[in-house]
Amino acid sequence: MRRIQSIARSPIAVALFMSLALAGCASKKNLPNNAGDLGLGVGANGAVAGSAQDFTVNVGDRIFFDTDSSVIRADAQQTLSKQAQWLQRYPNYAITIEGHADERGTREYNLALGQRRAAATRDYLASQGVPASRMRTISYGKERPVAVCDDISCWSQNRRAVTVLGGAGS
Amino acid sequence: MKTTIRTFLSVFAVFMAVSVVAVPPANAVVEIDINKGNVEPLPIAITDFLSGDQLGANITSIIAADLERSGLFAPIDKGAFIEKISNPDAAPRFEDWKVINAQALVTGRVTKEADGRLKAEFRLWDTFAGQQLAGQQFYTSAGNWRRIAHIIADAIYERLTGEKGYFDSRIVFIDESGSKEKRVKRLAIMDQDGANVIYLSDGRDLVLTPRFSPSRQEITYMSFAGGRPRVYLLQLDTGQREVVGNFPGMTIAPRFSPDGQKVVMSLLQDDGSANIYTMDLRSRTTTRLTSSSAIDTGASYSPDGTQIVFESDRGGRPQIYVMGADGSNPRRISFGDGTYSTPVWSPRGDLIAFTKQSGGQFSIGVMKTDGSGERLLTTGFHNEGPTWAPNGRVLMFFRQPPGAGSRLFTIDVTGRNERQIQTPNFASDPAWSPLLD
Repeated sequence: MRRIQSIARSPIAVALFMSLALAGCASKKNLPNNAGDLGLGVGANGAVAGSAQDFTVNVGDRIFFDTDSSVIRADAQQTLSKQAQWLQRYPNYAITIEGHADERGTREYNLALGQRRAAATRDYLASQGVPASRMRTISYGKERPVAVCDDISCWSQNRRAVTVLGGAGS
Repeated sequence: MKTTIRTFLSVFAVFMAVSVVAVPPANAVVEIDINKGNVEPLPIAITDFLSGDQLGANITSIIAADLERSGLFAPIDKGAFIEKISNPDAAPRFEDWKVINAQALVTGRVTKEADGRLKAEFRLWDTFAGQQLAGQQFYTSAGNWRRIAHIIADAIYERLTGEKGYFDSRIVFIDESGSKEKRVKRLAIMDQDGANVIYLSDGRDLVLTPRFSPSRQEITYMSFAGGRPRVYLLQLDTGQREVVGNFPGMTIAPRFSPDGQKVVMSLLQDDGSANIYTMDLRSRTTTRLTSSSAIDTGASYSPDGTQIVFESDRGGRPQIYVMGADGSNPRRISFGDGTYSTPVWSPRGDLIAFTKQSGGQFSIGVMKTDGSGERLLTTGFHNEGPTWAPNGRVLMFFRQPPGAGSRLFTIDVTGRNERQIQTPNFASDPAWSPLLD
């Protein structure tokens, strides 16, 4: 990522930077991101069906947002539909939806924006059949970045809503 | 935790007597017009206060540092001094000070009283007019010598500029340590010059946006304690903490009303909107001030308590609005390019400071309360969250450079004299106290 950062500061290389940035983030293994799209079956990677690991790895526990937006994008709708199916199959999980913002905003507005994203995510899951009573929301604003660098590729990773499995049956 | 609070208390609850020693009615020749755009710092000689030990020199070094940091004074190197002050009660040899171009001269003495208290006396001289401009003495406990220095610096600042000073004041802020993904944030308080840092939380809970009460030894802040992010009050004299109000969701962005009787804040609602509420700290009643489906936050009262400035994205992007303190008649006042947030009303009432995002940059700026006369004071990768010095002349804010943690800076409302405040770690969310007195 360091090389990408230095390129990012050169305005001449913006187009090159964009393609590198995408490649750079795709290689980040520690970000669970729609692994289900890769066609992995339940259990194919060792995750016990119905476990939190199964949810994170095989379903995808997070969706991403455009700058300053809480609109559920098409790619996010796919992820949330899978989440909703999984959550209906394993109805004992209460869930917390965490809303997050990137660092390119002020602290208080970002806390509110994170809440707006969490609420939009909850509403979408509810529309897919997940009972609202199982879901709570919390916003961390820009306080809990997962990707730490100073370019667009990182900021886009941080504009997210994460579905966290809470205590079973609670 | 208890000890830090007690230490803090002992610092705060100081007994201090102030008396005027002999201020002859003087027609000041030396003075600074701080309303001018570009001020040449006033050369001032600050001699070591007489004392049996190092204390006199320590006090004068703090006075000199305060005045220098204001950008309005240029303390002269002691090595250039010709006259050695042996009797601070007697008139100095003005010629010796005029020769080194000291337009003002400070002399003084520190003595230990029989009861253990410190007595500090100072005199401020106009060397070219050959007269005394001010003379005062102060008593305090021995541990409180830095405050004496700040109070004297304020007296000098006020006498020479005609405006109240701001050196005897504190900053509450967020101390940041650890990596960016696992940042530890602690509530902390310090003198305005960065000395005497005291931690008010242990870092276990995420804490944000502390603000001083204008009238009491109390702060309001936001904490994620117990996984329920809410606005809290902290009594600095007892260490007692309590949740502000009984709201169904997250509360953020707290600030006191000018009389200290209310806290205004935003409630993050179930539908994703944020609306502004107040809670009366005496009656415990809550009042809803805005009812929008947008994000309304960052509320800050006018100093007379009649109006509230806040940020809202009801028009699409975050902009600054002003409404009556009862929520009436909200009107947008910011119309420039980009987005505006963190508005905060000047204690003088004349200006609103804000953070502005435009062209991928973050600026600190000020505008008049009707939105006219916008001026950006500093612009860069990330500047955020201005707070006013008690005299409305200086703003503190935090700046985060790319790939690094944030630090605290001050800048004059004129846009001159940007200075970094030394803090033990990274720091953010500063809020300036009123003058302590």
